[in-house]
Amino acid sequence: MNEEALTLTPQQLIRKRAAGEPVEPGAPPQAQQHIINVLVENSMGALIRVVNMFSARGFNLDSVTVGVTEDSTISRMCIVTRGNDRVISQIIRQLNRLVDTIAVYDVTGTDFVERELCMIKIRCTGEKRSEVLQINEIFRGRVVDVTPDILALEIVGPTKKVDAFVNLMRTHGIEEVARSGRVAMQRAPQPAGSEI
Amino acid sequence: MSSASTAAALAESQPRLRGRDAVQQYIGKKMSGAEIFLHALEAEDARVVFGHPGGAVIHVYDEMARVKPNFQHVLVRHEQGGTHAAEGYAKATGQVGTVLVTSGPGATNTVTGIADAFMDSVPIVVFTGQVPMPLIGNDAFQETDTLGVTRSITKHNYLVRSPDDIPRIVHEAYHLARTGRPGPVVVDLPKDVLMAEGVFQFDEEIQMRGYSVPDDCDEIRLHRAVRMIEKSQRPLLYVGGGTINSNAAEVLTEFAHHTNIPVTTSLHGLGAFPEDDPLSLGMLGMHGMWWANQAVQHADLIIAVGARFDDRVTGMVDRWAPHAAIIHIEIDKSCISKNIYADLAFNADVKSVLEQLRPLVKPKKVKRWLNKIQDWRDECPLTYADDGELRPQYVLEKLRARSGGDAVVCTDVGQNQMWAAQYLKFTQPRTHITSGGLGTMGFSLPAALGAGFGLRAYGIDKTVISINGDGGFMMNAQELAVASAHGIPLKVVIMNNNFLGMVRQWQELFHENRFSHTDLTDTNPDFVQLARASRCAALRAERPDQVDDVIEKAWKINDRPVVMEFRVVKEEMVFPMVPAGKSSDEMITSRHAPETFV
Ligand SMILES: Cc1ncc(C[n+]2csc(CCOP(=O)(O)OP(=O)(O)O)c2C)c(N)n1
Repeated sequence: MNEEALTLTPQQLIRKRAAGEPVEPGAPPQAQQHIINVLVENSMGALIRVVNMFSARGFNLDSVTVGVTEDSTISRMCIVTRGNDRVISQIIRQLNRLVDTIAVYDVTGTDFVERELCMIKIRCTGEKRSEVLQINEIFRGRVVDVTPDILALEIVGPTKKVDAFVNLMRTHGIEEVARSGRVAMQRAPQPAGSEI
Repeated sequence: MSSASTAAALAESQPRLRGRDAVQQYIGKKMSGAEIFLHALEAEDARVVFGHPGGAVIHVYDEMARVKPNFQHVLVRHEQGGTHAAEGYAKATGQVGTVLVTSGPGATNTVTGIADAFMDSVPIVVFTGQVPMPLIGNDAFQETDTLGVTRSITKHNYLVRSPDDIPRIVHEAYHLARTGRPGPVVVDLPKDVLMAEGVFQFDEEIQMRGYSVPDDCDEIRLHRAVRMIEKSQRPLLYVGGGTINSNAAEVLTEFAHHTNIPVTTSLHGLGAFPEDDPLSLGMLGMHGMWWANQAVQHADLIIAVGARFDDRVTGMVDRWAPHAAIIHIEIDKSCISKNIYADLAFNADVKSVLEQLRPLVKPKKVKRWLNKIQDWRDECPLTYADDGELRPQYVLEKLRARSGGDAVVCTDVGQNQMWAAQYLKFTQPRTHITSGGLGTMGFSLPAALGAGFGLRAYGIDKTVISINGDGGFMMNAQELAVASAHGIPLKVVIMNNNFLGMVRQWQELFHENRFSHTDLTDTNPDFVQLARASRCAALRAERPDQVDDVIEKAWKINDRPVVMEFRVVKEEMVFPMVPAGKSSDEMITSRHAPETFV
């Protein structure tokens, strides 16, 4: 390929921009994290199909949570994935293409609340123990189990908060961590002028 | 008896009711799951079932002998052959193809055909037997996780858990296979469900909240399309197989004629637009016409119609059609902006969009553009040597002359497929059937078998030609016996170059003539004897002057298949060619000009 081939035509520029690909040669790819909610038929097959599609098509899958919704025949999956605009739009379209998929919402960029639950066991006694409890207090965690040398805590919050909590605890002797993965929900539209 | 009168006789000998009317009498009746299944197939008007029995479906076969349902069961000799036959049936007739096999090996043998149908959007429904429900997961005899195995190569798949569910699931399966972007559906039938008693019910209405057929065609989009077309000076229609699936060939042809926009087609688009039309550029892509690829590279507007910008079409995507704005009309949203960004997209049925668009667009004045394309045509025409050797292109031209473009042609994979695409000049939809997406060697013969049964079932009088390489022919040669058993008068062509020709071509062009494991000279059977052993007529030509005679003789045989072996030169290559991963303007045009023709 010769040098001039590297200069892009206007149409090629349009395509690159639409895909969210860098226009400058050599610039790093611009992958972004997205949180996608998927409503599917509440059946084993439907869940497997969704997860399988990610692996079959080589998409990233950072976390998945699944649970039944207000309608017991429908499950809600919250999927955290990464990619540039082209990849994300492919993911959404491939999800929609599955026959068991009822609806797909990319909540990224909308006004939404997200939570993750984390349970953590920490081996600590004496002075260290009150330090751990203090941090737990600050993060509004709850103690869910106590033995003479183990504290089991539970915190709920946005993933960033959970990350920070787990990081802080690292120096205090983590025994075990169980994280739920994210769930996200779009906020209801606010009546004009109201604020929380 | 000629094939025409056979078809007529058959149509007459089946005055029985079809579809829903045929099963009205069973509604509300108690019967075995197996019998419910047979009536469910009747309700779908499945006219031919390609199948192979086994333990898990033995009750279905038993009920078939007792009930004598309203369809023909064809015993194929390998389940892969069955799936390709169903594909051939579907592509030739536009109806859904049906396959019935047993569990385990029966099911796994269908996998290649299912994957093929998935890639090429072919509507087939594959019914697989399964071990009884209580044994599932126990590594029971002939148990395979068929749902798991086929999940990523089906549009959808089902496990049936109760005999009462059979008619609903069968109805949904056919609906899914046929509508939207067509594709394969698998229905797994556990043996105990087939044996249990249930009640036959049939409800026409489909309730699938997760599935709908898109129709994004509104005024705004239509007017944007009109503006883009009006503004363009070098417009091009790029037509794919979706146009044929949408039964839009006629509408597309009218659209092209009305607007004066030239047409190039993908491999699966062949037949959607008559190749003898002055506006036709033939096929584009890796082995497409040089002028068609030039037109793509210079176009300022490409209207992609039922096409998916496959890498065999685009070569290196970043450099494909660098000046063209793209309008994409496509039923499968996931194909839009997947490989090439669409500036304007209609996620809707091709036929309905073209019908709405045509009256809004004024005829274009594109004389300069058409002249330019004509110059490219003259600059680098499609040729082959005329030196007394027997060459496949010559054979194809003779076949084209004999069949007059009216035959249904099934091609295999490799050089034979590409030459057929280049030389047969297709003029009608559903006359070109091939494995494009998966590139499955061994496709042609069983697909032709299925097409033959399909045409017969629908009383269509057309010759069916199967074109093969010597390598691919051997992959499903067992189906010859099925064709002869049923007197399906296939014209089976073997282009015998004693090589895995397409691989040989790559080895010569890109691997310094190391012909690693592609020479079949010592391992090929005597094809004439093989054909005769399968009760087919067989003919052979070794020189160009024998070709006419062989074809004439073959066309006189109408009561059984005829195999024509053409001993063609082994060194022949398919040109022009865009090497894999290169850009469409880097075509090799002959062995002697490997430095690209830009
Ligand atoms: C099932 C399968 N195996 C391998 C290939 C790879 N392949 C593509 S073309 C080809 C050679 C085909 O040779 P032949 O059938 O003699 O046809 P020709 O190219 O000579 O016309 C091969 C091996 C394939 N497409 N399908």
